Amino acid sequence: MSYPHRSDLETSTRLSRYQGRPEARALDGWERLGGYEALRKACGMSPGEITDVVKASGLRGRGGAGFPTGLKWSFMPEGGDKPHYLCCNADESEPGAFKDREVIRWTPHLLLEGCLIAARAIRAEHVYIYVRGEFFEETKVLNRAVVEAYERGYIGPNVAGTDWSCDVTVHLGAGAYIAGEETGLMNSLSGNRAEPWAKPPFPAQSGVFGMPTTVNNVETLATVPGLIAHGAEWYRQWGSDKSPGTKLWSCSGHLARPGNYEFELGVPLRDIIFGACGGTHSGKAVKAVIPGGSSTAFLAGDELDCATTYEGLQEAGSSLGTASPIVMDASTDIVAAMRRIAQFYAHESCGQCVQCREGTSWVVRILQRIEAGDGAPRDIDTLYDLCEQMTGRTICVLADSVVFPLRSALDKFRADFEARMKQRLFAPAAAAGGSARLATAGV
Amino acid sequence: MSRSIHPAVAGAQPFQLAVRERPDGPLLQTGEGKERLEMVLSRYPSPRAALLPMLGYVQSRKGWIEPSDMNEVAEALGLAPAFVHSVATFYTMYNKRPVGRHFIQVCTNISCHLNGAGEVLARFLEETETRQGEVSATGEFTVIEAECLGACGFATVVQVNDRYLECVTAEKVPEILKELRDSARSGAAASDEARRGSGERSP
Ligand SMILES: Cc1cc2nc3c(=O)[nH]c(=O)nc-3n(C[C@H](O)[C@H](O)[C@H](O)COP(=O)(O)O)c2cc1C
Ligand code: SF4
Ligand code: FES
Repeated sequence: MSYPHRSDLETSTRLSRYQGRPEARALDGWERLGGYEALRKACGMSPGEITDVVKASGLRGRGGAGFPTGLKWSFMPEGGDKPHYLCCNADESEPGAFKDREVIRWTPHLLLEGCLIAARAIRAEHVYIYVRGEFFEETKVLNRAVVEAYERGYIGPNVAGTDWSCDVTVHLGAGAYIAGEETGLMNSLSGNRAEPWAKPPFPAQSGVFGMPTTVNNVETLATVPGLIAHGAEWYRQWGSDKSPGTKLWSCSGHLARPGNYEFELGVPLRDIIFGACGGTHSGKAVKAVIPGGSSTAFLAGDELDCATTYEGLQEAGSSLGTASPIVMDASTDIVAAMRRIAQFYAHESCGQCVQCREGTSWVVRILQRIEAGDGAPRDIDTLYDLCEQMTGRTICVLADSVVFPLRSALDKFRADFEARMKQRLFAPAAAAGGSARLATAGV
Repeated sequence: MSRSIHPAVAGAQPFQLAVRERPDGPLLQTGEGKERLEMVLSRYPSPRAALLPMLGYVQSRKGWIEPSDMNEVAEALGLAPAFVHSVATFYTMYNKRPVGRHFIQVCTNISCHLNGAGEVLARFLEETETRQGEVSATGEFTVIEAECLGACGFATVVQVNDRYLECVTAEKVPEILKELRDSARSGAAASDEARRGSGERSP
């Protein structure tokens, strides 16, 4: 297992403090480091009080959408006799993201503590931790922690000696990116195909097993114990007003020092890439960065002076997403990179929406054609047209997830696409008729 | 079994392992399978939720899932066989065909793609003398291309059964295969330990 890198930029390693320290994995070690004290404190608070702290902290969901966590919790119904559930989303499958894995395998008890505090806040009787199927090694670490916590009374009847009971069950996925989308996750957890459903119903009304449910990301939940232990103001000493706190960053691609880092929100993207990560391993210039995982828009090498807050990256024309910059140096074939990204979404489309099912595979076919030197100049217009048709019309945002990188790649690296066309002018006539067939795609 | 798995984690056991018992006959009606099924069922308000865990259990015993296994799971959970088939084929990790003892999945998604994953995949195929998805002549290896494995900073990432190998380059492939071959000779005990699972109760 690789150790996370440390760097001078990391003024505030809160979440990742114990990553790389094996003693934090086992319950004894975790307790020696002050583990489960936040849970004890939360057990002395009412659900409303816990939610108020999280609201005041301004914590935003780390699963990609950035929805305010305290607000989400407050959607859970107050009275009623229906059971409530918490789903911890550990499906981590967005290309570029590998931060939740690090939380689970180094600090499983931090995650469990966060799950239990959140469960108390939303009055959940059962927490389901849905881990992506491939994470067998991480699951083994988590399983051990769950059993330890049961045996020491942190999970089960009378949590930490109170009259409150809560169970935790670990559930393994089986290979489906779309199971990371929250309604897809709940369908998968209940034994169905991981197909998202159109909201309403919203999870807080009718979620998994038809009961009020909250879905939160691993990193979101792992942040919670710190908030309870130290308070909202403590958390707000980092980041901006709209993006408080610290954040894990999964940095990959052509970097000299790729890996996971924790930064205060708002550190300039340039500093992350050239400071902490040491720039490109080839020493070549940075051609492009996808800052928030493969479903966010490309930034060109001269657009890296933005602040890494939710609002800063939005102003820069992209988004924070899962905070997973994928860095590409000057040697990168943008057409091939975009084709590979699109292939992923075409493979992972659950197939319910025609714009997504057909659109993603058309995008792949056209990009493959361009990559092979068989593209026609009008293919670029067709791609833009597909972007238009795939935006905002589907049950979930997987279709939009291709559009963000694709449209920005066409906008910013159009010359790379056109260069491929030009070669074709000298080749014999080939691959005509593509766009005629496209018309029948009906997207 | 000397020690039993805790019900909280009974449905979250590794299901891509080197040991393949290929048992004949039903798996869930008696013994370990029945016990596992009951533990899993106790964790959810609906029996259907045991479907993924039990498909995983079958695969952990046999290495793959045949239509007849899907029917058995359907019957055990009171579900329509056609429904179970539709779910089992939705998820990529359920092997619908036998795979080699070492199931090698090479991530070729974007971060690995940028770091030579294509060459790593090609080298694995070349050295095992297979095409994607085939079982090698010795029964040892199956190699396929995989989507992002969630370890992108350590490209190229390769999953071998229930383990990740990180920072794999094409040059390292022959050595990796040699180690896997050797472990196949001495590794029955280690794999058996893997199969016994994780999250056991303390003795
Ligand atoms: C296609 C798709 C895939 C997603 N995958 C994940 C994932 O792997 N992990 C995750 O935490 N959230 C994922 N999400 C976001 C979830 O739908 C959900 O917003 C999130 O888990 C909520 O947790 P948070 O509020 O704590 O961020 C995905 C969303 C979409 C549309
Ligand atoms: S947008 Fe794609 S992945 Fe999402 S529900 Fe529709 S078809 Fe499925
Ligand atoms: S891109 Fe290969 S592990 Fe994510």
